[in-house]
Amino acid sequence: MRKSLALIVIVMLAFNLAACGKKKVVENVPIAEGGSGDGGDGTGGVGSDGIEGSQFGPGNPDDPNDPLNKRVVYFEYDSPNLDAEGQIIAEAHAQWLASNPGVTVVLEGHADERGTREYNLALGENRAQSVMQVMQGMGVSGSNIQSISYGEERPVALGADESSWSLNRRVEIIYGN
Amino acid sequence: MQDIILTFKLSTFYLAPMVNFRIQIKNLLRLTFIPVLFCLSISPSVVWAQEQPLDIIITEGVEGAIPIAVVPFESSTAGDPPQIISDIIEADLARSGRFETVPREDFLGQPTTFNQVRFKDWRLLKVDAVVVGKVSAAGGGQYDVQFELVDVFEGRQMTGWRYRVDGGKMRKVAHQIADIIYKQLTGIDGAFDTRIAYVTVQKTASGGGSYLLQVADSDGYGPSTALTSSQPILSPAWSPNGSRLAYVSFEGRKPKIFVQNVADGRRVKLADYPGINSAPAWSPDGSRIAMTLSRDGNPEIYVADSSGGNLRRLTKHGAIDTEPAWSPDGQTIVFTSGRSGKAQIYRMNANGGGVSRITFDGKYNARASFSPDGNQLVMITERGRGYQVGLLDMRTNATKVLSDTRLDESPSFAPNGAMIIYGTQSGGRGVLAAVSSDGRASQILKFQEGAVREPAWSPFNRKL
Repeated sequence: MRKSLALIVIVMLAFNLAACGKKKVVENVPIAEGGSGDGGDGTGGVGSDGIEGSQFGPGNPDDPNDPLNKRVVYFEYDSPNLDAEGQIIAEAHAQWLASNPGVTVVLEGHADERGTREYNLALGENRAQSVMQVMQGMGVSGSNIQSISYGEERPVALGADESSWSLNRRVEIIYGN
Repeated sequence: MQDIILTFKLSTFYLAPMVNFRIQIKNLLRLTFIPVLFCLSISPSVVWAQEQPLDIIITEGVEGAIPIAVVPFESSTAGDPPQIISDIIEADLARSGRFETVPREDFLGQPTTFNQVRFKDWRLLKVDAVVVGKVSAAGGGQYDVQFELVDVFEGRQMTGWRYRVDGGKMRKVAHQIADIIYKQLTGIDGAFDTRIAYVTVQKTASGGGSYLLQVADSDGYGPSTALTSSQPILSPAWSPNGSRLAYVSFEGRKPKIFVQNVADGRRVKLADYPGINSAPAWSPDGSRIAMTLSRDGNPEIYVADSSGGNLRRLTKHGAIDTEPAWSPDGQTIVFTSGRSGKAQIYRMNANGGGVSRITFDGKYNARASFSPDGNQLVMITERGRGYQVGLLDMRTNATKVLSDTRLDESPSFAPNGAMIIYGTQSGGRGVLAAVSSDGRASQILKFQEGAVREPAWSPFNRKL
């Protein structure tokens, strides 16, 4: 336990260093699920010396249930509303961002392929807005949050069934610096 | 960030002045001898044997179609031109669903002028009409093209035309001839000599995508690329005179609206507000563009001058409002709204206000647009069988599902209202499909490379 606490501290320090924009310590690849992360620029994983590393953000890397480790919020069909789990994830990131005002995020809204592209673009926007409202409501500065919708243009799962569609109806929380 | 390459290839094909190459002598059309006339035109740089980017698969034919024979045109010179002309005419007529083209191997003769047509041969084949013609080189890369449409039962020439054209205009002339035949036999203006704009997505070697805004003839041939981007392109919309395209481009990683000249590729950024900038729709007089912006926190419909000035908000509701489309008289805008909890079609006055719901059947109705006569709305509808093209007749309030595909998008009327082109999926790939507005004829246009989507049918851009 003590070991993992220490790890958290180190992690937080490392992230904050990166976040303060002095220098990027690690590539910005989430260890958590999902994330086509078009805005994220890491390809991550293998360094030049061949050592495999996984990068992580504010969450506890040893705790898979830490909502901060989840960087993707999922949605019901044709709905911009957060469900209970989405609310928890959004609030966790909001809390962290509120106490780390030097860190910015991009909220990237997406939709599944069903329906029209323009409606889905609007739907992705409203999904990103739903997360943004939680964050702003918890004191994160609006200037630190940016939203973008890709509609149905950037699916992470390519199947034409509910298991793929459910992965594509999402907002990705992408940390910047 | 260099997302974007603007290309200007369109100019060679489409800059051509709108030569009025039919000096019409309407009364003469019914006489036996070929009326007249021709002239035209420029544009030497286009090679006229275009690559063939697609297969057209006719998935459904029509009962009661007019049987017609298109006899291969005679050529006084070696090479492909005449064959291409008669092939294109035949393909256009077949694609429309209103004609049944008789196989050439059944022909009992190969007439090339009205005088050579032996009517009894064609009556045997139960053909109503025969198209004959010929092509000859006129020097300087030009050709004389002539055709006649023959009424087999009355034994008379219904119409005939002669043109002098550049080799690069053979496809265009063929489409115009098909338009004349279509009009003559159906009473409806043909829309073969029109264009479609659409988006092609190609996978790049690095695994990313390349998005191309393309413009091709209405049958998918002769594609030119108006814009290439590493980021998505959506919603091309033709200006009412066919000279410009408005579209949504994610270059700079954000959806913005641009307006681009089709001829020379020059463009202006119409809308780049915070949030999404999308769904551009031209007013029928071309002076204004309705669009969807989320600059005030939620996707709402706005209208601006076609230069982007005088922005005004038209809708105000916490749900999504998007996909505006103008009625042909410019008085009404229909749009998609999620205000009932699900996407449905609504209408409002073109200056905002007077909102009322139009669609009540189906769980999902979106992306409506008006038929050219203003009596119908084509849209995407979900009625338990997937997302399909639906046609709502506003006089009877009845909706008919026209497509039997399942993930349809972006339906767009031909300017004569007879056909609707739309995007759908076939074999996991984006393809364009077309269906007649009576639902009786349909086809899939399969492009050989990449996924194709977001079709928009041009207006009648060159009045004949």
